Amino acid sequence: MSFPLLTATVVLPAVGAIATAAVPAAQRTAAKWLALVVSLATLVLAALVVVRFEPGGSRYQLTESHAWIKDFGVRYELGVDGIAVALLALTALLIPFVILAGWHDADTLETGSRRWRPTQGFFALILAVEAMVILSFEATDVFLFYIFFEAMLIPMYFLIGGFGDRAHEHGEKVASTQRSYAAVKFLLYNLVGGLIMLAAVIGLYVQAGTFSLPEIVQARANGSLHMATGTERWLFLGFFFAFAVKAPLWPVHTWLPNAMGEATAPVAVLITAVVDKVGTFAMLRFCLQLFPEASKWATPVILVLALISIVYGALLAVGQRDIKRLVAYASISHFGFIIMGIFAMTSQGQSGATLYMVNHGISTAALMLVAGFLISRRGSRLIADYGGVQKVAPVLAGTFLIGGLATLSLPGLAPFVSEFLVLVGTFARHPVIGIIATFGIVLAALYTLVLYQRTMTGPVKPEVAEMPDLRVREVLVVAPLIVLLIFLGVYPKPVADIVNPAVKQTMSDVHQTDPKPEVEAAK
Amino acid sequence: MNPVNYLYLAALLFTIGATGVLIRRNAIVVFMCVELMLNACNLAFVTFSRMHGNLDGQIIAFFTMVVAAAEVVVGLAIIVSLFRTRHSASVDDASLMKL
Amino acid sequence: MENLIALLIAAPLLGAAVLLCGGRRLDAVGHWIGTLLAGLSFVFGALLFADMLGKAADHRTVTQHLFSWIPVSGFQADVTFRLDQLSMTFVLLITGVGSLIHLYSVGYMEHDERRRRFFGYLNLFLAAMLLLVLADNYLLLYVGWEGVGLASYLLIGFWQHKPSAATAAKKAFLVNRVGDMGLSIAIMLMFTTFGTFAFGPVFADVSGTGEGKLTAIALMLLLAACGKSAQVPLQSWLGDAMEGPTPVSALIHAATMVTAGVYLIVRSGAVFNAAPDAQLVVTVVGAVTLLFGAIVGCAKDDIKKALAGSTMSQIGYMVLAAGLGPIGYVFAIMHLVTHGFFKAGLFLGAGSVMHGMNDEVDMRKYGGLRKYMPVTFVTFGLGYLAIIGFPGLSGFFSKDKIIEAAFAKGGTEGWILGGAALLGAAITAYYMTRVMIMTFFGEKRWQPDEHGHEPHPHESPKSMTIPMIVLAFGSVFAGGLFSFGDRFLHWLEPVTGHQEGHPPVSAAVVTGATLVVLLVGAGIAYVQYGRRPVPVVAPRGSLLTRAARRDLLQDDFNHVVLVRGGEHLTRSLVYMDHTVVDGVVNGTAASVGGLSGRLRRLQNGYARSYAVSMFGGAAVLVALTLLMRAV
Repeated sequence: MSFPLLTATVVLPAVGAIATAAVPAAQRTAAKWLALVVSLATLVLAALVVVRFEPGGSRYQLTESHAWIKDFGVRYELGVDGIAVALLALTALLIPFVILAGWHDADTLETGSRRWRPTQGFFALILAVEAMVILSFEATDVFLFYIFFEAMLIPMYFLIGGFGDRAHEHGEKVASTQRSYAAVKFLLYNLVGGLIMLAAVIGLYVQAGTFSLPEIVQARANGSLHMATGTERWLFLGFFFAFAVKAPLWPVHTWLPNAMGEATAPVAVLITAVVDKVGTFAMLRFCLQLFPEASKWATPVILVLALISIVYGALLAVGQRDIKRLVAYASISHFGFIIMGIFAMTSQGQSGATLYMVNHGISTAALMLVAGFLISRRGSRLIADYGGVQKVAPVLAGTFLIGGLATLSLPGLAPFVSEFLVLVGTFARHPVIGIIATFGIVLAALYTLVLYQRTMTGPVKPEVAEMPDLRVREVLVVAPLIVLLIFLGVYPKPVADIVNPAVKQTMSDVHQTDPKPEVEAAK
Repeated sequence: MNPVNYLYLAALLFTIGATGVLIRRNAIVVFMCVELMLNACNLAFVTFSRMHGNLDGQIIAFFTMVVAAAEVVVGLAIIVSLFRTRHSASVDDASLMKL
Repeated sequence: MENLIALLIAAPLLGAAVLLCGGRRLDAVGHWIGTLLAGLSFVFGALLFADMLGKAADHRTVTQHLFSWIPVSGFQADVTFRLDQLSMTFVLLITGVGSLIHLYSVGYMEHDERRRRFFGYLNLFLAAMLLLVLADNYLLLYVGWEGVGLASYLLIGFWQHKPSAATAAKKAFLVNRVGDMGLSIAIMLMFTTFGTFAFGPVFADVSGTGEGKLTAIALMLLLAACGKSAQVPLQSWLGDAMEGPTPVSALIHAATMVTAGVYLIVRSGAVFNAAPDAQLVVTVVGAVTLLFGAIVGCAKDDIKKALAGSTMSQIGYMVLAAGLGPIGYVFAIMHLVTHGFFKAGLFLGAGSVMHGMNDEVDMRKYGGLRKYMPVTFVTFGLGYLAIIGFPGLSGFFSKDKIIEAAFAKGGTEGWILGGAALLGAAITAYYMTRVMIMTFFGEKRWQPDEHGHEPHPHESPKSMTIPMIVLAFGSVFAGGLFSFGDRFLHWLEPVTGHQEGHPPVSAAVVTGATLVVLLVGAGIAYVQYGRRPVPVVAPRGSLLTRAARRDLLQDDFNHVVLVRGGEHLTRSLVYMDHTVVDGVVNGTAASVGGLSGRLRRLQNGYARSYAVSMFGGAAVLVALTLLMRAV
């Protein structure tokens, strides 16, 4: 038996989380370094996965399979396709930056007590989230996926509720109330989604007699497993609802602005760039593959919801007064694009959606982390408290602008490629929806540039006059992300090559072919 | 004698026990009533065992006795410590288990 | 040789990267690095031009495939460059005029502490524009297209500490984005219609496609062109864009940015030719804009804004010509090139005047400057003569051809379009004469500013005057050079195609009429501004003048409808998100909380009451079981 590489990518951060948590109270710097080293080692393992993965090969690769709960046919079954590899790499890539950016985020909570060790806890929780997210990307057993899909809520709950911005305009008491509210809201929304999904998971087992995704898909394809139309639709809705909450899709989106607003910037990145991606990923992997007919049945409604998310999220972003909430609403708009791409049922749309997940992760991380650096300097999240930062901290402003430009999908930066693919893919099948979604690019320019103008340009406000520019650690966080944004914008082929075969398979699972161009159809 | 009569007796004992549990306040009495109910059940089990001609009911009766013995140990201990702290054996005085 | 194409773009791109990432240590030499790399790009362009001239007219198109950009099944976007006569023309204009503007900026921005960054942005601008004209497919063109938008955003808002500059930059980007939306929809339409968006295959397949689809594509391309080229209804950003440093205005108006729209229409000629309805719309947009810009230009007292109006109007001529189809394409591009020379010259001249006048832009506070700035006066004067179409100078040849072509459109449309073009020529002569007289003739009208500093007009340094002199040569001779023996026509014809237009009246009559209206326009301006003193404070003016000063109320309309409306919309949405969407969830939570409050009364802590409910429950279960059995 070969080395269980996929298991290693999960076990390493999980063990790292425990080890980090166990570091004695006196050595919190050691805990930070330990977490960073573990996350980098995980990145190396993820890189190995990418290298070992053969894009043209069989569908699920590097598979592992062990019996787990025999009586219910639950297996510990791992395997990655191109889409999973891309997201696995994204997760492993972002975590070191999250750790590095949050280097001092837990420091202020330190009380010197031996029992209460916030620094250790903060970094251990981040690693725990990483392990669970990676396992969700790798699991090909529906039940195994479900467990970790839900379990990641626990560390996220503590990360949101336990660690907030260092300074708050209304004082610590209000801040902590708002934090708890946000954390509980996050938990409740996702739990409700998860419970409904649990019912659907059980229903699926009753129907199929197994939890194994490849087996069910195969059985459905060769006709040995037949589901009644109504049953399939109900099960689909159960799965989809959970993923839509996680993603999040309008109208179940309101937990995201609260959570992202109250959490520290690195945790906000963890939410939107990593954890939420499990939702959209799962739509692509589970909803479409398990329930192809129901997916097609639900497409019109989902597309409309996605379209509403796009326009609505962007309009609300324009109306925000809080930097982080603005980014959160922008993310809602972007998740609308991702979901639209998935359900456009064209290979451009789905490849675009997958690329979008990766690119959105990087671009939001860049924008949000710089915003976090900005906020930590001034101690306020309100846009109106800034002005003229460009003059005192040009590097900070420059990186902020690049992050913003990536958010508005400027050609040449990575998100453009994916956004355009999604738009083209949607337009090919649903022209009207595609055209309306295009308005999103104007609105994106509006909220990004308004944010930049109000915070960075104009006369220098006295409160920001002494603001230091980015420090070395902060540049180390932002610079690689920006390089990556440019590289993937100019040369997205490596990622596209990994993703394309998987998308092709998904398309054939849902029995869809791309619409032919008119000229060709005429011939 | 018709074994059904034993069932009537068991039902009677059970009813007495249940009524005692519901209307008496003294913890010791309530406790004894619970025991009475258990033993009424035992009687019923043994009767059924006889009626069906197998040993299942008798085995269960033994289990019940073991559980009852354990319960006596725990239950009496609780009652004694309750009495020590509150100087009362009334079950209504111990009404703190509420939201 | 075609490997040089990528280097054309790479040189300024490298400059931008080095200058923007290089940090303070490059402050001392940054401007020269930028200028050098822009010049290098021009050298590459010249080499390629020489190479191209050596080939037969039909074999001049060369392509360079770099790599596959976005490979997704059924969707293939490559980074491929295409250099033909049309893009060659643009390359030379962009790099040539661009390099001169770089050189000029060395002097103009001398005292700005962020000069290095300014040159980085300028280089970025050139790179984006070159990418735009060299791309071989619409998606790659789109990259350049938005890149130009970004560079203009950075440059217009270069003096970011001024809120007006930051707002103007944002406005330019946003209005452009509306146009970009058109381009992306056009590309999507092409993809669904043709399965590709590379120039060659699209143009080849046009004949087999329905006119409705093509009209839609063409209109979307026009929307894009309107955004970039500041055509009605997306023209509002151009005037505000004057917030940027003057060399930026020169670059935007002459060599890059606003010419992109004309390029797009001419490049997509095959599509437009097959969609006559869309062509008609193009001509209407062009005609409306050329009058709109001219009228606005008449009312402005700010020298740069007057010139901005003029640009809008001249681009209107080009769009009009491009909308005329094969009879106009060549002339649109020819006017674009000659305009590049004289408009760059005029802006650099305006910058030179401002440089000498403590950055004063109000022409009412100029006057009599010809004595103080002779070089600026002469070069500006030559640019002035060129733009109004003085016989023998560049503008004469190119504009006259457009007016002829407009008449040649035929029918009522031809008369209307031709008439509009003629009227535009008259107004052009009027407002340019006005600018010329108010700036360089008459009495000096400047006064000390609030700090008591009186401006001391002086000639600008060599690095600024040399580019102006070079451009003045272009303004004078380019037109004649191009028209002599129809050289430009033969040069461009293989790419754009050409068809001889036949105006209803003879060409000589059109030319004569043009000259007459020119004299009338200039004459009126002379009577109004040359014969009597210019008031330092602007008179109230007629209704039209006041409207024109406010850009014909375009901004007021935008403000009321878009800005105010948008604010209300977002505000009410934010409120709705908080109360309705969130409220439903919070309401659910509250009702669950209320229900549990009721239920917890049952939990009274009395063991006996629990026992009752237990017995009750057991009794109910037993009863149910018996009942079920009975049934």
